[in-house]
Amino acid sequence: MPLRKVRRGLSPVGNLAAAGTSAQPVLSLEDGARVAVIGGGPAGSFFAHFLLKMAAEVGLGLSVDIWEPRSFSRSGPGGCNHCGGIVSESLVQILATEGINLPLDVAQRGIESYVVHMDVDSVRIASPGGERRIAALYRGTGPRTGEATPWESFDGFLQRMAINDGARVVRSLVSGIEWRDGLPHLLQADGAASPYELVCIASGVNSNFVGLLAQAGIEIDPPETMRTYICEFRSDPETIQQVLGDSMHVFLLDIPRLEFAALIPKGEFVTMCLLGEDVDEKLVHEFLHSPEVKRCFPVDSTPCVCTCSPLINIRGPKRPFADRIVLIGDSGVTRLYKDGIGAALRTAKAAATTAVFQGIAAEDFGRHYAPTCEAIAADNAIGKFMFTVTHAFKYARFSRRAIARMSRNEQASPGSARRLSSVLWNMFTGSAPYREILKDTLHPAFLTGMTWNLVLGARPRRRGSKVV
Amino acid sequence: MGDGALGTVYANGAVIVREGEPGNCMYVVQAGKVEVVREDGGRERQLGVISEGSFFGEMALFETEMRSATVRALGDARVLMIDKRALLRRIKEDPLLALNLLKTLSARLREARRAQEEA
Repeated sequence: MPLRKVRRGLSPVGNLAAAGTSAQPVLSLEDGARVAVIGGGPAGSFFAHFLLKMAAEVGLGLSVDIWEPRSFSRSGPGGCNHCGGIVSESLVQILATEGINLPLDVAQRGIESYVVHMDVDSVRIASPGGERRIAALYRGTGPRTGEATPWESFDGFLQRMAINDGARVVRSLVSGIEWRDGLPHLLQADGAASPYELVCIASGVNSNFVGLLAQAGIEIDPPETMRTYICEFRSDPETIQQVLGDSMHVFLLDIPRLEFAALIPKGEFVTMCLLGEDVDEKLVHEFLHSPEVKRCFPVDSTPCVCTCSPLINIRGPKRPFADRIVLIGDSGVTRLYKDGIGAALRTAKAAATTAVFQGIAAEDFGRHYAPTCEAIAADNAIGKFMFTVTHAFKYARFSRRAIARMSRNEQASPGSARRLSSVLWNMFTGSAPYREILKDTLHPAFLTGMTWNLVLGARPRRRGSKVV
Repeated sequence: MGDGALGTVYANGAVIVREGEPGNCMYVVQAGKVEVVREDGGRERQLGVISEGSFFGEMALFETEMRSATVRALGDARVLMIDKRALLRRIKEDPLLALNLLKTLSARLREARRAQEEA
């Protein structure tokens, strides 16, 4: 027997709150209910996929519309979702277990190692499993180049999956949301209004849709954001393979305001991602012309063909839901700096499970969806602490030497515990929760090893830099 | 088979897991096929063929027994390894994920029973 509650009636937000406790109506999705998903990126497509899949399993027929004006089959900004394009190791594995296998033309490259560049040295950290389990991909079909690329869009692939499950894509912009007769209505620029039983907001933080909720009397604070910088360089694939290989290159540099920097090879392109406080032209120039970048990548002879400065979510709303409304992915709560697509999957599935099996009232989302968001937010608080510690290590030369020495020695000893390598791998890839990374750093063997290397790092070293 | 693609590419006949060896992960076939074989009275018997999108080695996630059969590539095959720790962590948060595994286990149980009845 389906576990769903029986709906006793429809109620607008205000009436529901005023309805008292004993006779409070229960909101749930009934057969034939209409569900709107605003935003056709990964979060929206995952939500539609899981909602339709679970609804079918309990014999519930739903009509799901994904509102997305962009076509991900276009190259350049028109089909792009402005993101570095890394699918973490853990997400690749979870997707495969969910039966979602990334096709070859979507996952452009499998990343087999990370190279950490510091002024004191560059260290290659191999994939713990010894195989390629991180995917480098494009959210659209690639940067602005004016010509066709052989790649399929990741967002387009997920959207097709949702369409195959029965979702319908509406290529139109939603200009607002309004309550009429107890139901949310999506408004279009021409004045048309479409009623829905449930609205899932997956529009991310680079659209102003979450800000429009206040106009409809829905009190959900927009997420706090940070601006990033992404640039696509183009060269011939052989040159890129020769200089960067199948590795993602990350940089621990003593540059003020720079939180994280990475170069990701993708066939004939290289994606550069910078995270930091007020990333501006000066900071980009300082990074690109640092000796560590010039050492591994010929910036001067590689043209930049596409740039953007998207926002990322660094703190989500406390209650990313209301009656008949739920916010997922970047619109709601996501992981700090890493694995945003993984967080999109987790929140999308938790929201869809709640909607199908529990109900669509704020109370239902509060009881069954909020724990997933709270777990991510609590882990982000630990992540913030971990990044503060990484900052401290980044700014002192002796601690950078300690990181280089310890990780280099670990990589040169196959079969050893590789504790620092594992911590760095998980910090850079987003493959493990920050809580687990913190736990790994508190292991007595890690603390002893790090202390010993800090002592050695304080002594001057004469060797030149090299990748090991 | 995809140079630089996700997972590991095994050439035809290459052993991915060996009967009797300890295991702490499962695998998903990303491209190609693999065959499951078992030693039976000194002779090798094929138990089945697993194709793209399906997984194997999942028993290692639930018990600490040795691998119950050998799995090797049938033609070139690209296979992705799934860590026990990562998967169990995710199942703890999302028990519905285990349903996918249960469905496969249930189908294999049904298949084994049918094969037994036919024998």
